[in-house]
Amino acid sequence: MAALDRVKVLVLGDSGVGKSSLVHLLCHNQVLGNPSWTVGCSVDVRIHDYKEGTPEEKTYYIELWDVGGSVGSATSVKSTRAVFYNLLNGIILVHDLTNKKSSQNLYRWSLEALNRDVAPTGVLVTNGDYDREQFADNQIPLLVIGTKLDQIPETKRHEVLTRTAFLAEDFNAEEINLDCTNPRYLAAGSSNAVKLSRFFDKVIEKRYFLRDGNQVPGFSERKRFGGGTLKSLHYD
Amino acid sequence: SFLIDSGIMVTSQVLFFGFGWLFFMRKLFKDYEVRQYVVQVIFSVTFAFSCTMFELIIFEILGVLNSSSRYFHWKLNLCVILLILVFMVPFYIGYFVVSNIRLLHRQKLLFACVLWLTFMYFFWKLGDPFPILSPKHGILSIEQLISRVGVIGVTLMALLSGFGAVNCPYTYMSYFLRNVTDADILALERRLLQTMDMIVSKKKRIAVAHRTMFQRGEVHNKPTGFWGMIKSVTTSVAGSENLSLIQQEVDALEELSRQLFLETADLHATKERIEYSKTFQGKYFNFLGYFFSIYCVWKIFMATINIVFDRVGKTDPVTRGIEITVNYLGIQFDVKFWSQHISFILVGIIIVTSIRGLLITLTKFFYAISSSKSSNVIVLLLAQIMGMYFVSSVLLIRMSMPLEYRTIITEVLGELQFNFYHRWFDVIFLVSALSSILFLYLAHKQAPEKHMAL
Repeated sequence: MAALDRVKVLVLGDSGVGKSSLVHLLCHNQVLGNPSWTVGCSVDVRIHDYKEGTPEEKTYYIELWDVGGSVGSATSVKSTRAVFYNLLNGIILVHDLTNKKSSQNLYRWSLEALNRDVAPTGVLVTNGDYDREQFADNQIPLLVIGTKLDQIPETKRHEVLTRTAFLAEDFNAEEINLDCTNPRYLAAGSSNAVKLSRFFDKVIEKRYFLRDGNQVPGFSERKRFGGGTLKSLHYD
Repeated sequence: SFLIDSGIMVTSQVLFFGFGWLFFMRKLFKDYEVRQYVVQVIFSVTFAFSCTMFELIIFEILGVLNSSSRYFHWKLNLCVILLILVFMVPFYIGYFVVSNIRLLHRQKLLFACVLWLTFMYFFWKLGDPFPILSPKHGILSIEQLISRVGVIGVTLMALLSGFGAVNCPYTYMSYFLRNVTDADILALERRLLQTMDMIVSKKKRIAVAHRTMFQRGEVHNKPTGFWGMIKSVTTSVAGSENLSLIQQEVDALEELSRQLFLETADLHATKERIEYSKTFQGKYFNFLGYFFSIYCVWKIFMATINIVFDRVGKTDPVTRGIEITVNYLGIQFDVKFWSQHISFILVGIIIVTSIRGLLITLTKFFYAISSSKSSNVIVLLLAQIMGMYFVSSVLLIRMSMPLEYRTIITEVLGELQFNFYHRWFDVIFLVSALSSILFLYLAHKQAPEKHMAL
């Protein structure tokens, strides 16, 4: 059982949006009782049945890497965070439905994870503006999740949901809106659960079942000063 | 003419208010969403009235505006600032702290009032151990409030100055930079990733175990309560014991990964500083660092002398400088004219650098510790600190001004024991500077050992 294949999915978003609660919900089907500050990166594992219910069903490990911090951190923190962005297969972008800034910051988060071009001085080069074309030919599947849905009053719900629909469209991604303290949003059979399943299936497909049979290790390997690439140290 | 003067004052206040508003939006809250505009208003108002006080000092030196209208505006400004610092800001801090705690949501106002009353009690008690008032003042006079605000503010100023005086050369000079090579960073990052992998593999085992138990229909309950513990002694499930052991290992590994992350970030920051010190700007700051270290040593020396010999400077630097030039160097010039301009420039520089330094420090502090939940409380705390800092700056700046300009401050602020404040400043400055030196020395010593242990 321990010899299952694995994929790595990053969970990105501003601090306080509920990434740790979300990851706990996804992996343990339980609500996280005492969410606290995430320092560095916390990983959790979800066992996912690829193509559930069909003859090709296979079980995979999905590693959810929850990277803490804010998008305006110092460059030293950003350089340290970049270590976690190696060899990623999918990204879940989390934003807070009650906080517009967290939705806007998702563009910068996705650029930070995808444009991991490190200039020789160790400073991350991001040009701030997002480029829709960049996301159009992006090979890594994205999913946008909005949290704290229960804190939006009914009257404002429509306006908020339209805004998030535009956001998901910009990223060329599916979107799910939920409340991390209530497991029923991801109950089996609900549309959210189906979207989630589809996303994970897509991640696994891109990683293991590409049409031309080659394995594409994400956007670009992170280059080190000295020209060598950082060796992958994952033990399978 | 009073109307014109008031008009000028009000316009300048509005300008300062706008500046505070912009600063709040652009710098402090640039990653957060402002949901409670009250906080932004309070911050900008505190900033505006603090700056107006400095403006009045400058007007005093330059002789702008009518003297009686200046006096009126001083009194007005002071009353408003004290009102804000003692009544409004603490109340709102209590209110926002309470609204963060879910339990007390219902009676927010009640608990906020309770918190405010506790604050007032301690604030009042603060005045007892200090010889700051002459007994002839009533209970509710301005002097009572100002004296206490002054004590807190002067303590803050001295702490910040002491730490700043030591930290500034430490950060500027590249002599203290630890030697960090790329190999060090790579090694640490490798360790971090290894730790993460270990965590992942252990979590996989736990997840698989949970899933097989779930599939086999066993409900995996942690034994809770008294009977649960008794039960677990007799019927021990081998799997669950194993799992809790693995969970403990995971917790330890996660703690390790956090530490490694922080250390790696620290190494990256040091490396950036090394790169920066090789640039032209870096060399310039390095040179400044040597200069500031001499200045810092001199200041500590002067503070010690002041305390030991119990002397407070009687004349201000401007008059003393002019005296020296006139008496010893024999240069004759119009004392009155020049003293006015020079003190204006000197006081202006002091004011501008202290405002700028404070805002930068506050911003750095805010970025470091705030989160989306506590941002309101922290900003209000910063507004309180800023207000108290500025009020006590006014107290202390009196020493840097020639006698004829000191009168307004003495008049408006009443009969405070100004000498006490200077002594207190020297004491706290000395304590703060010496403990900063000790702290930085320990931190610096400890780091290379941590580094070597990799």
